[in-house]
Amino acid sequence: MDGLTYFPGCSLKEEAKEFEISAMAVMKALGLPLIEFERWNCCGTVFSLTEDDLMHQLATIRNLIRVQENGSEEIVTLCSMCYNTLKRSSLFVNRDKERLEKINAFMDREQAYEGKVEVRHLLEVLRDRIGWDKVEEAMTHSLEGLSVAPYYGCMLLRPREVGIDDPDNPTIMQDLIEALWATPVEFPFQTECCGSYQVVDRRELIVERTHRILSSARRSGADVVITSCPLCQYNLQKTQSELKETIPTFEEMPVIYFTQLMAVALEVDSGELPSPLLAGLAIEEGVGNGER
Amino acid sequence: MARNGLEIIEGLLEKVEELSGQNVFACYQCGMCSAGCPLTDEMDLLPNQVIRGLQLRDWRTMESNAMWICASCFSCQVRCPKGVDLARLMEAMRQIYLRQQLDHVSIDDMTPEQISKLPQIALVASFRKKTG
Ligand code: SF4
Ligand code: SF4
Repeated sequence: MDGLTYFPGCSLKEEAKEFEISAMAVMKALGLPLIEFERWNCCGTVFSLTEDDLMHQLATIRNLIRVQENGSEEIVTLCSMCYNTLKRSSLFVNRDKERLEKINAFMDREQAYEGKVEVRHLLEVLRDRIGWDKVEEAMTHSLEGLSVAPYYGCMLLRPREVGIDDPDNPTIMQDLIEALWATPVEFPFQTECCGSYQVVDRRELIVERTHRILSSARRSGADVVITSCPLCQYNLQKTQSELKETIPTFEEMPVIYFTQLMAVALEVDSGELPSPLLAGLAIEEGVGNGER
Repeated sequence: MARNGLEIIEGLLEKVEELSGQNVFACYQCGMCSAGCPLTDEMDLLPNQVIRGLQLRDWRTMESNAMWICASCFSCQVRCPKGVDLARLMEAMRQIYLRQQLDHVSIDDMTPEQISKLPQIALVASFRKKTG
């Protein structure tokens, strides 16, 4: 069976385990399993934005070399931040052969990177290779009646050269939601930053972002928010209890990975779902009676 | 002028341009970047004021907290009609501090509870952005 050369990244082995569990199960069900390649390393999470900094490209390029050693020309990620960092790094070295030569000379224990590995996000594979109609066919438990707000965040869409969809009006997650017979909910904050790593030293800023983003999703009628970024998921999910302490009227909103939503519809392992609300809605009572 | 021991080096503007690969004077101050920036509430200078400060070689710009609040979200970058990548300028300004060993966050200032509560994706990203 064909498979995809899969780069998990650190989060999917720790706090975002349910992302990996659900993605693995979904892709197996769709006949294109994720196959983790050996000896991958942390991508560094953020792409270095200075022209002269080659040092911080080593971690990403080393991953691409491992993929190349495997005889593959594609690397598939689930985490938006890994996607962005790997993709930008591959473009950065391909644009300037001198940079690539320097990096190759520095990493003298590895093969030289030939610049041929394509970095793709799983959502692109679903859209471009599998197709939404196939996803719909594979569904055994329709999500009819469930209103889902896609939260794209930053790293899937920006900058434009690495974006998997239009940076201002993306539709890729809406299309996925529709394929599962759920109702996509557009809301004005779907591509606005959650505050990202500022959670480390400015947590209050993230709490404020969570309030704005999730209240907007709530007002637009969402039952659940989906994302593909472990940092967005952490920020938006984990700061809700703090938010409730200061704003008791805030209504909690489950924030899950898009693959978990798919897993519910395909009735495969979704990993732990964060809220009894969603578990109840989608599984126990059966959204739309699960008929189709 | 220099704060936290920042040495204002000769040719700072040129250094920012070199590190970022951006032409600071391409900006015509339309304000699109600031209009779309989600984090301006916390910034003491708006993103377009940061770039104006650079154009004027007003080194008080280097004392603004904007570069540390910026989350590299690239909203400004996709919207700038002049193709200026402000996220890269912010990074270049941070790098001028970080390359003088002037870190903005320190693991020593954090309690073990704080650290254990945070996911590693946030810690790695933050330390990549705010330490040298
Ligand atoms: S959007 Fe671009 S041109 Fe307009 S103020 Fe910002 S940096 Fe300058
Ligand atoms: S990259 Fe920084 S300055 Fe630009 S919009 Fe995002 S937070 Fe604001």
